[in-house]
Amino acid sequence: MPALSTTPRSDSVRLAPARLRRSLRHPWTLGVLGVAAVVLLWFLISNSGVVDKLFLPSPQAVWAAGQNQWSSGLLLKDAVASIQRVFIGFALSAGLALPVGIAMGTNVIICRLLEPLMALIRYMPAPAFIPLLIIYFGLEELPKVLLIFIGTFFFNALMIMDAVKFVPHELVETARTLGGRGLQILTRVVAPYIAPQVLDTYRINMASAWNLVIVAELVAANEGLGKRISLAQRFLRTDEIFVGLIVIGLIGLTIDLGFRFLMRRACSWAN
Amino acid sequence: MHLQVTDVCKTFGHGSQAKLVLDQVSFDLHGGQFLALVGSSGSGKSTVMRLIAGLDRPSSGSISLDGAVVRGPGSDRGMVFQKYSLYPWLTAAQNVAFGMELQQRSRQEIRERTAYFLEVVGLADAARLLPRELSGGMQQRIAIARALAAEPKVLLLDEPFGALDIQIRESMQEFLHQLWRQTGLTALLITHDLEEALLLAGQVHIMAPSPGRIVRSVTVDLDRRDMGQLRVSRMFLELREDLAHSLRSLEPAAVRR
Repeated sequence: MPALSTTPRSDSVRLAPARLRRSLRHPWTLGVLGVAAVVLLWFLISNSGVVDKLFLPSPQAVWAAGQNQWSSGLLLKDAVASIQRVFIGFALSAGLALPVGIAMGTNVIICRLLEPLMALIRYMPAPAFIPLLIIYFGLEELPKVLLIFIGTFFFNALMIMDAVKFVPHELVETARTLGGRGLQILTRVVAPYIAPQVLDTYRINMASAWNLVIVAELVAANEGLGKRISLAQRFLRTDEIFVGLIVIGLIGLTIDLGFRFLMRRACSWAN
Repeated sequence: MHLQVTDVCKTFGHGSQAKLVLDQVSFDLHGGQFLALVGSSGSGKSTVMRLIAGLDRPSSGSISLDGAVVRGPGSDRGMVFQKYSLYPWLTAAQNVAFGMELQQRSRQEIRERTAYFLEVVGLADAARLLPRELSGGMQQRIAIARALAAEPKVLLLDEPFGALDIQIRESMQEFLHQLWRQTGLTALLITHDLEEALLLAGQVHIMAPSPGRIVRSVTVDLDRRDMGQLRVSRMFLELREDLAHSLRSLEPAAVRR
């Protein structure tokens, strides 16, 4: 009995440091600390008066500008406009890249026909297409959606092609010796095998889609986060520029985490 | 069941690059038999297997199953590869069910046969595990169960235990022998391991490389009730040494040097 009564006490003594150590070991702890450190540094420098407020607004000023934009409804309207363009453009790109990439990965003739062409276009910077797109389609939604499509489709298709090419041939041949036919092999073997890589491809190229929508809006748009930034520049509102940048970053991070979450749920076998 | 391999030749490449890998290979396999093809790498034994499975076509000669010429892969010839052939996203049970689903059998039949074959290979408890949670030996047993569940006329085993540790390989050999005795399956085993062939097969064909051909055939009639004893019995060791000698003398001069 005496032995039993001593155990809880020694546990409670060690509790605090153990919890600290555990939370330090949590994978996110250091990342959050890194962000906090930069924000703190930003706070100190901007409030010390060393740098002109016009160039470096303080976190409080940025927060106030953000609140202002939120309550006026501008922020939401801009974010929705940008997100909508990204989703439409990227959905078209992802949706078309999947069959094209699979066709290129499974069929040598299609691959030889399309790969050089795609490799060439892939190296043309998508923003360089903006002038052409404006000449062809004006300043409405279509040129922006197309820009995102052009900027991500070729990467999506080529990366999916690669994923298909690396499906182990034993898996395909096993299915064939079990009586599997072409379409069955595609849906029952190739598709599930490449699913994690396809999701990862989409996650990576989604970042380009975000870059492109902002670039397109900087050039010409009526609304959108990029448009707001370019307007803020005209009036020297650096605080609003900061709001735009931070919101863009946060939305991108959310989408990235969403893809990771989807991958962990849908493709747990690949982790 | 009668698998007939007649004068099969296989050439890879064209023109001056052409290489003859199989030269006039012929043998028969009847229902319930266990046949082994033994040879070193380059003897074309795996090529023979692929031709029978229908994954490749012979350059000349013919392969037929019950009189029907083999023109492509089909579920009448089940195949077990050396490794990496379980679908990593499917559980053990789903892997076993895979072939039957391709064949579009009824749900109930698939469920019953899956349970039955998991039982046959002794892995009923592992039904819900993913392949990565199974040991190498368990994975191969699931692969065998999957092939059998699709009801093949002949089971093609391509170095099925080649990637396993020696102790596990021995227990798998005993497992396969038991399976053959219990289910009366017809099996064709490819191996480079003479001992494995002699322990399991009633008929052993020895293949030589460059070009791949059958150089010696033996009928093996052994008492296999106690495999542990058999492995070290004098008669078995003598037979093995005799065949090993003929295998060694067949190696190309360049390698022997």
